[in-house]
Amino acid sequence: MKKLRTRKHAVVLNRSVGGDIGINFFLILMGAFMFLPMLYVVMQSLKPLDELWMFPPRFYVINPTFQNFGDLFTLMGENWVPFSRYVFNTVFISITGTFGNLLFSSMAAYALAKIKFPGRNVMFQMIVLSLMFHSTVTSVANFITMSAIGWVDTYFAIIVPAFSTTLGLYLMKQFMESAVSDEVLESARLDGSGEFKTYWLIAMPMVKPAWLTLMIESFKGLWNSGSSIYIQSEQLKSFNYAINQIVSGGIARAGAGAAATVVMMIVPITVFVICQSNVIETMGSSGMKD
Amino acid sequence: MSQNTAVKRPVSRKDMTRAQWTWKEMKRNKVAYLMVAPFMILFTLFTVFPVVLSIILSFTEFNLLQFPRPVYMDNYIRLFLDDDIFILAIKNTFIFASVTGPVSYFMSLMIAWFINELSPKIRSVVTLIFYSPSISGSVYLIWQILFSNDSYGFANGTLMTLGIIDAPILWFNDADYVMWLCIVVALWTSLGTAFLSFIAGLQTIDRSQYEAASVDGIRNRWQELWYITLPNMRQQLMFGAVLSITQSFGFGSVVTALAGFPSVEYAAHTIMHHLDDYGGQRFEVGYSSAIAVVLFAIMLGSNLLVKKMLKKVGQ
Repeated sequence: MKKLRTRKHAVVLNRSVGGDIGINFFLILMGAFMFLPMLYVVMQSLKPLDELWMFPPRFYVINPTFQNFGDLFTLMGENWVPFSRYVFNTVFISITGTFGNLLFSSMAAYALAKIKFPGRNVMFQMIVLSLMFHSTVTSVANFITMSAIGWVDTYFAIIVPAFSTTLGLYLMKQFMESAVSDEVLESARLDGSGEFKTYWLIAMPMVKPAWLTLMIESFKGLWNSGSSIYIQSEQLKSFNYAINQIVSGGIARAGAGAAATVVMMIVPITVFVICQSNVIETMGSSGMKD
Repeated sequence: MSQNTAVKRPVSRKDMTRAQWTWKEMKRNKVAYLMVAPFMILFTLFTVFPVVLSIILSFTEFNLLQFPRPVYMDNYIRLFLDDDIFILAIKNTFIFASVTGPVSYFMSLMIAWFINELSPKIRSVVTLIFYSPSISGSVYLIWQILFSNDSYGFANGTLMTLGIIDAPILWFNDADYVMWLCIVVALWTSLGTAFLSFIAGLQTIDRSQYEAASVDGIRNRWQELWYITLPNMRQQLMFGAVLSITQSFGFGSVVTALAGFPSVEYAAHTIMHHLDDYGGQRFEVGYSSAIAVVLFAIMLGSNLLVKKMLKKVGQ
């Protein structure tokens, strides 16, 4: 039998040199398209004023300075709503929303994946169907609901709907089906462990990658949430909203705007770097049966 | 202690009607309903109910103050026969979605496939580079600086230095460019969850299949992709397609941030903007519900269509 040809980590049978060159060229091109704008934000944030308004514009910074980050702080101080308030709003919304989503979704995912009860297929089908349309469709009707409950202009309007984000539940349920064995759960039940106890003490520790993934999915949505039709008071608005105000503030704020964008993007990127391998592991069972 | 007290056995279905059996099973699994309840109640309230409500309200005239007044098909007739901007929005939405959806899908798939053969360390760095624009929030506003209207913008500056143009182009304020620029930016932010799903899917494929295929006469990597790799990750392909389609209809906020609202000569006006215009600003709730229903039908329809197409992969 022909020996399996491998290149360090992958099977590489049937590879032509021309194809390799073409693919690498394409990858570098795409990589540049994706990476250079990100790099440009960082460069802009480090440029002193005269370099920001230089003709012809230059990609790289010549004399890097942290002046823009300082300006950002000054700008924050001048605002009538203290900037720390925007930061607090976003952090508070992101953490409570993510935590609630994790708890509700994982509990539901456990029941849907591991308990056979009438109606569970219908429920899961509805969740899959909800992945097929964007939430803008529901925004007008949700505004009516929120007004009726009296949640307009409160944190609840943002946090509570986030508890029932379906993508996280979907990923969690798929991962539970493949990662948690029925035998383990069955023997726990034989020992007299109730479903809540089995879920919390046996199933949950086995799906750690899935909760990290769910948390990232949920967190990135909430962290990046900008202005919302539910929130009118300035002191309840998000960090992202405030940054957009600075970025669109024109010439004088170009540097501070770039600095703010850098601050904003560092958090989700760092979180992803830490959890990357867990996320990829979870995605391994993300497939949708037809 | 007998086993029956510790573990409630599934009820046998003999000597019972289906309804009786279901009822028994439901009672036996009370705790399962308790566990799905918090999620399902919120899901029903904020996702299922709004869809139903929108459908109902789309047949009425409603301004949030007075009780809805039924107008039957009037909203839909007005949409399709009387609203030129809506027709333009449909056209723009289709251009936007039919470019960003498939391109982002194939871009995710191809890049995931190409980087699959890199070593794990390099692969994770490359993954981060491709994935980070999609998680970094409003970082796409940098494109407004790259393509700003004045000569300090990178694009204008470079083109002017090279002598290709004499005066700055108004990029995002020029009806000829705005749509395509927004599409480029949308694509830039589009390598998200589907991309990660493809990367993971590729890694779960059993290596021995490639060996067997080689013996069976697979000659190049493209045949390998079509006959082995893709059929093996069909479930991921399906999942990725759903996310890409939904995403391709959801770029409205990116367009608004870059091109403003309304965009110049409505050149980048999509159904989402029309919905926002009537729902969020003019409070014509009945009319905007009709828009939402049309958008809902388009999204669901294209998802089901693509699902059918994907069943043909590897055949």
